[in-house]
Amino acid sequence: MTVSNKINRRPFVAALLAQRQGALVIPGLGSPTWDCHAAGDSPEYLYSWGGMGLAVPTALGVALARPDRRVLALTGDGEMLMGIGSLGVVSAQGAKNLSILVLDNESFGETGRQTGLTSDTTDLCAIARGFGIQRTMHVTEQDKADELAAFLLKGDGPCFAVAKIGLSEDPWSLPVKDGAAIARRMRIALGIEAA
Amino acid sequence: MAEETNWSDEVFREIKKREIASVCTIPDGGLTRLLNLIKADKDMRLITLTTEEEGMGIVTGQWLGGKRSMIAMQSSGVGNCINALGLPAAMRAPCLMLVTMRGQYGEFNPWQVQMGQGTRPVLEAVGVKCFPADHPEEVAPAFVGAADLAYNGGFSCAVLVSQRVIGAKGFGQK
Repeated sequence: MTVSNKINRRPFVAALLAQRQGALVIPGLGSPTWDCHAAGDSPEYLYSWGGMGLAVPTALGVALARPDRRVLALTGDGEMLMGIGSLGVVSAQGAKNLSILVLDNESFGETGRQTGLTSDTTDLCAIARGFGIQRTMHVTEQDKADELAAFLLKGDGPCFAVAKIGLSEDPWSLPVKDGAAIARRMRIALGIEAA
Repeated sequence: MAEETNWSDEVFREIKKREIASVCTIPDGGLTRLLNLIKADKDMRLITLTTEEEGMGIVTGQWLGGKRSMIAMQSSGVGNCINALGLPAAMRAPCLMLVTMRGQYGEFNPWQVQMGQGTRPVLEAVGVKCFPADHPEEVAPAFVGAADLAYNGGFSCAVLVSQRVIGAKGFGQK
């Protein structure tokens, strides 16, 4: 194991979400979803159990449909790289209310911690800038959660951040698996469906 | 070419009637006229993708936020979408696809044939309802059927526009 990142993901995500001020959160499959659920359940979290690569496209769709709300995609390094081209789509669509945070543990955490590409030569913030997302932030310290929250939630997007997180043994925190139920409660929260 | 003009205009009218606000696409030659109509419409958004499966996320996300969207692509792009189709299926979100076929009638390029012939069986294997249109006058009715089933029922539906409608690309060969 070569990962030497220091940020502890669960308290870091909890500190961030405590400051989300009504932002809709689209976590990717695996640990980002468990992190959100562990921080406290909300109908404004669109938990994912599959569709690797789709956190950013899904968040972009929500952001385009609801320009009145800030939307935060919360994903991992593996999922971000699988859907990396979607950063170009985000940039081209000029989604001012969309923010993206990659929780980067440089590993495929869910499948046995196999080493990922960001442990080596791949620089996600440089890629995001290459796609035209000018506002980027690279975070390596636990106590930067407040600064990161301000970066992600204030000012015009799209913006893109990477937080270098360590590998940790966190207890499972599994939300409901029924995708229709997860979607329906968000649509009710947004006033699109009747309760 | 008059026939192509006809179905594209008809489908565009049905898109507008249903208040579909945006179309996600990796373009195809046979979609040119329709995509130009969408691009020229100030009330619509054309979303150019890098790979077709992004469309499943964008369409599902817009449905969550109360807007209708759809995806237009070539049949080869269907192969890129298979795992991603699990997202709208799990959420029972409408996922409407307009697919122009390759690898069917008079295909010049053998590299297109495997995915072209596999498009419908693969889509059906993951639960997508298919609406084939083999003639120009069948495209708009197929689109209407697919769109209404998708948006009213929360299904994934694909209109498959035959290469007989589009015409095979000849690459300047006889």
